[in-house]
Amino acid sequence: MTPSTIELVPTREDRRIARHAAAAIVLTVAEAAIPLPLPGIKPGLANIVTLVVLARWGWREAVWVSLLRVLAGSLLLGQFLAPGFFLSLSGALASLLVLGLAMHLPRRWFGPVSHSILAAFAHIGAQLLVARLWLVPHDGVFYLLPVFALAAVVFGLANGLVAARLLRELSPAAAPQGRGAEPH
Amino acid sequence: MRRFLAQWCGLLRAGDVFVALAGLLVCVYALLSLWRGGAPDGAVVRAGGKVVAEVDLARERFIEVPGPLGVTIIEIQPGRARVASDPGPRQYCVRQGWLTQAGAVAICAPNQVSLSLTGRAADYDSLNY
Repeated sequence: MTPSTIELVPTREDRRIARHAAAAIVLTVAEAAIPLPLPGIKPGLANIVTLVVLARWGWREAVWVSLLRVLAGSLLLGQFLAPGFFLSLSGALASLLVLGLAMHLPRRWFGPVSHSILAAFAHIGAQLLVARLWLVPHDGVFYLLPVFALAAVVFGLANGLVAARLLRELSPAAAPQGRGAEPH
Repeated sequence: MRRFLAQWCGLLRAGDVFVALAGLLVCVYALLSLWRGGAPDGAVVRAGGKVVAEVDLARERFIEVPGPLGVTIIEIQPGRARVASDPGPRQYCVRQGWLTQAGAVAICAPNQVSLSLTGRAADYDSLNY
């Protein structure tokens, strides 16, 4: 094999993003195995990873992890470019936008739980909008709004709590020397 | 168990509780506004069997419908409609008052005018009093 003339040198940041995205993808795939009562209602466990990355490494990395997760997760589940993929993508983009705004809320009062719930609402909002405009061009989809809103509160709360717990366990030891102590 | 719960609650900040409650409020609001049964979203006015007006119930307005006896006036308000005046002798359709449910109908038979409310989720096909 001829040696490649292009050499890609992954930075430490790249590796970190890849690792977090991998964790999120695992959660996405695992979650697909959970039977759920209504189509469209998912716990969104992978968002725990997004929240942790957002809090520890900032918005840009959270965007990378989230979008990589949507892309690779859909490829693994055979959903790539199917309607479900566009629903996930629109939900992820809206959540990321809201997270970008929500992370500037005063930290003293608003933690990962707030971020999680707000992002969950952005997620269902964008999904319903896309579904209404493209998949089900009828106002009937909005009848599901109360169910989705309840799911957003419940799962947003649960995911946010898990993320907050993870952050607490990670922070005292890892945050100050985190960059140096990362295994590769 | 209580220690377990306290441990998780310790992760909540004041704003988090506020956000969660606001989320629940959105749920309740969505539930009440979207799942009320039989809310009308439009009105159909017929004269002599033909549809003369099909309007939504978003804003206030009056519709004048000519019939064999004279002019029947239909009054539309947000979410409801009524026959405001009718030249008929017995005034049944006027005395029916405001129609507020999808499927409700007021018929002014002498003047051959009818007013009916339409809705996505009508509880009844037709309502008469």
